Amino acid sequence: MRHIISILMENEPGALSRVVGLFAQRNYNIETLNVAPTEDPTLSRLTVTTVGDDRVIEQITKHLNKLIDVVKLVDLTEGNHIERELMMVKVKALGAARDEVKRTADIFRAQIVDVTPSLYTVQITGDAGKLDAFLQAMAPVGILEVARTGVSGIARGDKVLSL
Amino acid sequence: MELLSGADMIARFLQDEGVEYIYGYPGGAALHIYDALFRQDKVKHILVRHEQAATHAADGYARASGKPGTVLVTSGPGATNAVTGIATAYMDSIPMVVLCGQVMSHLIGDDAFQETDIIGVTRPIVKHSFSIRHPSEIPEVLKKAYYLASTGRPGPVVVDIPKDMTAPTERYEYVYPKKVKMRSYNPVTRGHTGQIKKAVELMLKAKRPVFYTGGGVVTGRACEGLTDLVKQLGFPITTTLMGIGAFPQSDDQCLGWLGMHGSYESNMAMHHADLVIAIGARFDDRVTNNTSKFCPTAKIVHVDIDPSSVSKTVRADVPIVGPAASVINEMISLVQGKEIAHPEALGEWWQKIDSWRDERRGKLYEPSEPGEALKPQEVIEAVCKITRGEAFVTTDVGQHQMFAAQYYHFDKPNRFITSGGLGTMGFGFPAAMGIKKSYPQDDVVCITGEGSFQMMMQELSTCKQYGIGVKIVNLNNGSLGMVRQWQDLNYKSRHAHSYMESLPDFQKLIEAYGFTAIKVERHEDLEPALERAFADNNELVFLDIYVDPREHVYPMQVPLGAMRDMLLSKTERT
Repeated sequence: MRHIISILMENEPGALSRVVGLFAQRNYNIETLNVAPTEDPTLSRLTVTTVGDDRVIEQITKHLNKLIDVVKLVDLTEGNHIERELMMVKVKALGAARDEVKRTADIFRAQIVDVTPSLYTVQITGDAGKLDAFLQAMAPVGILEVARTGVSGIARGDKVLSL
Repeated sequence: MELLSGADMIARFLQDEGVEYIYGYPGGAALHIYDALFRQDKVKHILVRHEQAATHAADGYARASGKPGTVLVTSGPGATNAVTGIATAYMDSIPMVVLCGQVMSHLIGDDAFQETDIIGVTRPIVKHSFSIRHPSEIPEVLKKAYYLASTGRPGPVVVDIPKDMTAPTERYEYVYPKKVKMRSYNPVTRGHTGQIKKAVELMLKAKRPVFYTGGGVVTGRACEGLTDLVKQLGFPITTTLMGIGAFPQSDDQCLGWLGMHGSYESNMAMHHADLVIAIGARFDDRVTNNTSKFCPTAKIVHVDIDPSSVSKTVRADVPIVGPAASVINEMISLVQGKEIAHPEALGEWWQKIDSWRDERRGKLYEPSEPGEALKPQEVIEAVCKITRGEAFVTTDVGQHQMFAAQYYHFDKPNRFITSGGLGTMGFGFPAAMGIKKSYPQDDVVCITGEGSFQMMMQELSTCKQYGIGVKIVNLNNGSLGMVRQWQDLNYKSRHAHSYMESLPDFQKLIEAYGFTAIKVERHEDLEPALERAFADNNELVFLDIYVDPREHVYPMQVPLGAMRDMLLSKTERT
């Protein structure tokens, strides 16, 4: 099963490589990875999506917790949560396709953020499924380039991941 | 307020931390530190002949004393040479701090002379690592390094020190930090009381219980408590290779050690148990054999300080995350005054165990006769006898290691010093040096083979420089015995590169360093040679003992089988 694990870790050089190294070293799998500092500049938040059965996920969270730079973590998929990913896509936009891309973007509530005579750059946010669906819809038109941020997430309700 | 250079801070910190010996080798990036060490005399530096030996020596000291070992190496090759020793310590959870010189900060990333990203290289084999970014952080970072290395589940910590951080011209305030706090590191201090109660209930109700304890009991200083608990309950106990001596092996309740070459009765008891109480052990593949056939009728209680060890390879029915000592003490207080529910069943269990013991009694190996080459097993028994079972015994890796574990009997912890997890050939001799330096009154014996010894024999020179009187027992069978054994069993005796042509004349070699070597070729030569070797506690003596090269280590678990599936000799199996 797919899990989204969010980690608060020390914003130190090398901390990211320890997390990534752990996945490689123990033969776990990273589907997406996303990391940036938080409002507290000494902390980074890293979100990783991974796939594994319960036993594997238990080991992953235990090993992550063991890393000295990891302060706290949560498996968001254990509870209700909001998952978002941002994607920018360059698609061909010539002739009839130009309108078609615009219409599809509107349906997906995506925005066209850059324009040339021959292409659109579309920005879209949503969960990974929505982004995949948009890519599928764009495929016949011609996708030139895709940039995805990887999944970020946060728990619903009162639950807070903080120190 | 005291102003010190980074290098002087390091020397001063090591003094304040109570470090007595530091093992290392100088080089460009570490020279400021070496100069600072030279200008003081509290911390004694032992110059090894290869950085790997420095790590093994510090490791040996750490295993014997329970305190972190300290290593100092230079950048690049100095640091990479230390890698095998760091990995060895990591696999066996041994506290160690490795200080590595590094090229000047402004050169990092430029492929400078003797530059290696040692933080990157060692990342998977350290508990944690630090890079010094400003000289003023040195005291706190070093304190954190020792704190991390020695608390929780211990392990090696690497500190990378760019040369400009130790420059003599830059001075900063030095205060010894008595304590450090890290918000991201809080090792557990006790186990969950409810879980401990559950475990004790199972223990009191068990009919065929067995304790299975590991290195965590030794590093967690829980051996006395363990002995009390096991005695009170009257249960059998088997230990892992790393846990040898945590419970006295001469005691009737001890079944020896378990696993691939463990005792017959240990492996049989594990297989038939209805309750396995694992403490500070990690269900390693050399213990469990095939996990899907492991202990089919047993419930499993697993106590470990590292949550990631629990249910890693074998699922625990009652997981308890906590330090062995405090969990055991809670168990003792819960057991006190209570009766076990099925004393008659425990009696039958012991009868069964004794019958397994009887089955193998006197059948372990065939002793040699006068005029013949010795059997390696009887050499170990003789070494045990002459040292009254009280020596620190280090080993390398292979058949001799297994024979040492099987035939030397340990009643104390921290005495059997072996690379259990990584299986590092070359470990034994430098580890013995590190122990002897700190325990000069004790007998320190390195049991080795001609293959392993040649991996670190340059350290004879270190022993000469510092007058380190370890005893080296070389079980010379002219081949890489364990490799050869596997080739006999699995490759129709095609001995691909498992024999050593052109062995040196060890006697001449040892004498070249000014030490005594004794060659033992026949049964009757052993006793006088041992007497001579152990006559002077401070003298390094090398015993080159020719043993029967056809001997195999048994029992040996059958691959992919259960605990009870063992070869018992070349012709028998369970």
